[in-house]
Amino acid sequence: MTMTVNGNTVSIPNDPRVSLLDFLREHLHLSGTKKGCNQGACGACTVLVDGQRVLSCLTLAVQCSERDITTIEGLSSDGVLHPLQQAFIEHDGFQCGYCTPGQICSAIGMLEEMRRGVPSQLTGDLCAEVVAFDRDEVRERMSGNLCRCGAHNGIVDAIEDVFREAAE
Amino acid sequence: MSMFEKARETAQGVMQTVMKKAVEVAPDSWMPGGVPDPLIAAKHGHIGRPVSRIDGPLKAKGAARFAAEFRLDGMVYAALSYSTIAKGRIADINIAAAQAAPGVVLVMTHCNAPRLNPPPKFLSQNKAAGGDDLPVMQDERIHWNGQPVALVLAETQEEADHAISLIEVAYAAEPAATSLSEAIGKGTETGSFMGEPLHNEIGNADKAFADAAFTVDSVYRSPRHNHNAMEPHAATIVWEGDRLIIHDATQAVAHTAWSMAQIFDLDETDVHVTSPYVGGGFGGKTLWQHQILAAAAARLSGRPVRIALSREGVYRIIGGRSETEQRVALGSDRYGKLTALIHSGITPKSPNSALPEPFIVPTRSAYAVDNMTLDVQVCTLDMMANTFMRAPGEAVGTFALESAMDELAEKLGIDPIELRARNEPDKDPVGGVPFSSRNIVEAYRSGAERFGWDMRNAAPGSRREGEWLIGMGCATATYPYYRMPGAAARITLSDNGRATVDFAAHEMGMGTSTVQTQVTADRLGLPLDKVTVRYGDSTLPGVILAGGSQQTAAIGMAVMSAYNGLVGELLKLAGNDSPLAGLKPDEVVGINGGLAHRNKPERFENYASILTRANRHELVADGTPPMPFELQHWSMHSYGAMFCEIRVNAITGEPRVSRFLGSFDCGKILNPKTAASQFRGGIIMGIGLALTEETQFDERNGRIVNPSLADYHIPVHLDVPEIEIMWTDIPDPHTPMGAHGVGEIGITGTGAAIANAVYNATGKRVRDLPITLDKLFR
Ligand code: FES
Ligand code: FES
Repeated sequence: MTMTVNGNTVSIPNDPRVSLLDFLREHLHLSGTKKGCNQGACGACTVLVDGQRVLSCLTLAVQCSERDITTIEGLSSDGVLHPLQQAFIEHDGFQCGYCTPGQICSAIGMLEEMRRGVPSQLTGDLCAEVVAFDRDEVRERMSGNLCRCGAHNGIVDAIEDVFREAAE
Repeated sequence: MSMFEKARETAQGVMQTVMKKAVEVAPDSWMPGGVPDPLIAAKHGHIGRPVSRIDGPLKAKGAARFAAEFRLDGMVYAALSYSTIAKGRIADINIAAAQAAPGVVLVMTHCNAPRLNPPPKFLSQNKAAGGDDLPVMQDERIHWNGQPVALVLAETQEEADHAISLIEVAYAAEPAATSLSEAIGKGTETGSFMGEPLHNEIGNADKAFADAAFTVDSVYRSPRHNHNAMEPHAATIVWEGDRLIIHDATQAVAHTAWSMAQIFDLDETDVHVTSPYVGGGFGGKTLWQHQILAAAAARLSGRPVRIALSREGVYRIIGGRSETEQRVALGSDRYGKLTALIHSGITPKSPNSALPEPFIVPTRSAYAVDNMTLDVQVCTLDMMANTFMRAPGEAVGTFALESAMDELAEKLGIDPIELRARNEPDKDPVGGVPFSSRNIVEAYRSGAERFGWDMRNAAPGSRREGEWLIGMGCATATYPYYRMPGAAARITLSDNGRATVDFAAHEMGMGTSTVQTQVTADRLGLPLDKVTVRYGDSTLPGVILAGGSQQTAAIGMAVMSAYNGLVGELLKLAGNDSPLAGLKPDEVVGINGGLAHRNKPERFENYASILTRANRHELVADGTPPMPFELQHWSMHSYGAMFCEIRVNAITGEPRVSRFLGSFDCGKILNPKTAASQFRGGIIMGIGLALTEETQFDERNGRIVNPSLADYHIPVHLDVPEIEIMWTDIPDPHTPMGAHGVGEIGITGTGAAIANAVYNATGKRVRDLPITLDKLFR
């Protein structure tokens, strides 16, 4: 059994207890994905699985057969940062940086959800094809990504800066 | 407290009193900071510019390596088992099944752990880093519910986690003190903090209060809190012979190295602690049992060890903020002039913790009042050692004091900002010394204007939009300026015109590495990309705690000392053939990659040229700053005026902070981008303190019952409105760069500003944190 991680094919570990998060961090040494709680409460471990944001601590590696995983390490190429990574730096969307990979992956997944018209608790028009970009929509949708340093304002600024046009 | 500790504290106290008097009356010019730092006046440098974090790209790429991300050959993984009783002893511990489990390398209990000295408790000695000084897995005694009783090492984390679940412990429980009211009944004693009793009396506050024309007298409560840094505590540890190497997540690298050396009977230089990145600290990332246990297990097993605490583990073995019950009684005349101020109360601590929550500290310098009694009584509970958490004392003390000021303002019918202005002291009310820099009235004026304070209706419950009641509140933020002894820095200047500056300080997200690059560049007259800052390693110079918001000052002063030494050496090397010939160190400044006469810029030689002519590849200068006597000569603090607008749902009682503004007076702001983030971060933790955060302690058995991020509610994105930050930017003439630390002040005053806004919105005065729906529900 294999999965694809940032474009590379890798085989799935034998021990079925290994979470996707531990597989990335301990087996593949991709430690950009963070472990803040290991129980689905903080979002630090968010990665993209077939383009959807997923908590890798609540996902077993064996569930990811034939899946395409993108981690924070897969967002920049040849040293060129993803525009959202650049915007996080520009808007000071982090302090310690521990929640950051999860915030960035989550925001990318979130944009796709808005484009697909997936409503949130705050969405007014449930039938809209595309959810309108709005700072509170972003806040609601990013609320699963905790940040104890309190970089929330900068994170929303960075997301707005990069995604406002893309979303609409 | 033992007799010995008491005697030492008394002796310390006497010495301190004598020294203090001498320092108070000495001339300003004898003090560190007596002559203003030349950088205060500098205009065109990097200081004050919103430079993005230099470690930004690494962090945004996920490439910054944290403690649990160091990989060592042959490394094994640790898991811990925690006691389920609060006091007693281990009667029996069965490890057979764990030992036989797949992948297990070691099971360690008190039966086979190596003999260790107890950790030196924080503040007991200069470099002590321990959260308490209890023995670490040395005997069968249990001191708190959650104490580690066994450690497993295995080849994988999964195997370690499975094996630890197989350990069976039988306890012989003994009666434990886990109820606050019972502990108070057994008696309290006056707390002490940083060697001074938490008790101050001036005038006769009881009498003045009894005689006052207007009074308020209330009790305020704050619960336990946990830091909850997003990165759980972790360390990767290896022994190389008798050398111990610890890749830690810590805000005290040098303290940890020294303390581990005491515990393991090693030479201090044989312990190497690194901590290049820390995923948030807030006071919690110091020396606790996990590093000690992992080092012991690494020694027993002969394998490198990774210990990464689970989130629950962090609650079990890392201390948090203790609870408080505070009385504030204020008396004033009819114009609002305070005549009496009583701030007293009780806080529990564990028998061996390093501090009682010192909630009266912010009150000492707050208001001009002739009659004041401040007092912290302490009782003891059998619990995890409580510890320092962001603005210990101030965070919860200002909640009580500043709520009470709001209550008094309403009684008097005076605007709360005006009430504070009428009680603005012209010197420190307790210490009697002058303030170094205090512009709180200006912070209020500019903040109020920007926030639209004049839109507030003083009558509670008078503004409503649909279901939502809207209110505004304000409160004063304050945090002391600290500069702790022990700092040092080293500047290495190369003949290619580059400089490296080294200090054993920490980057936990405060922006230390970025800001110190800016400061050093300005001091030397170099561009940013010619300066490299190295930190987070115990082999670098100095003992610099990332605590008390003091790193900026401590490092700033150390770099200044190193720079002064460097300039002296450079002028010597420059000799008589240089345009600088004959100049004294205080006549030159660093500029354009070299030194120049301060008034005649044409008398200039660049660093590369000086070094090359002297046949030197590099020049190294070490700097050790003077003792921080300025802290006793002046009353030195940061200030802020906090403004909150809140919406409270009239049907459900749900409170939502809709706007927040912090107007700060924290000296000169060195980097507007990173400083604003620090202020916001503090305010957001203050929103949590006000509305959602509470560590729930089961008084029946001393167990924390919400040890997870699902059950302990820190603010999430939707809880955080746009937070506006502004500052006076008035430099403190007596501090390096004119700056103050900015890390902790944001959490102070915020709780009261929110509580006062809730009152203004609803007419409900909640004195019991957190302000949850049930307390507002009608
Ligand atoms: S580590 Fe997965 S949600 Fe916290
Ligand atoms: S930046 Fe530290 S937790 Fe978000």
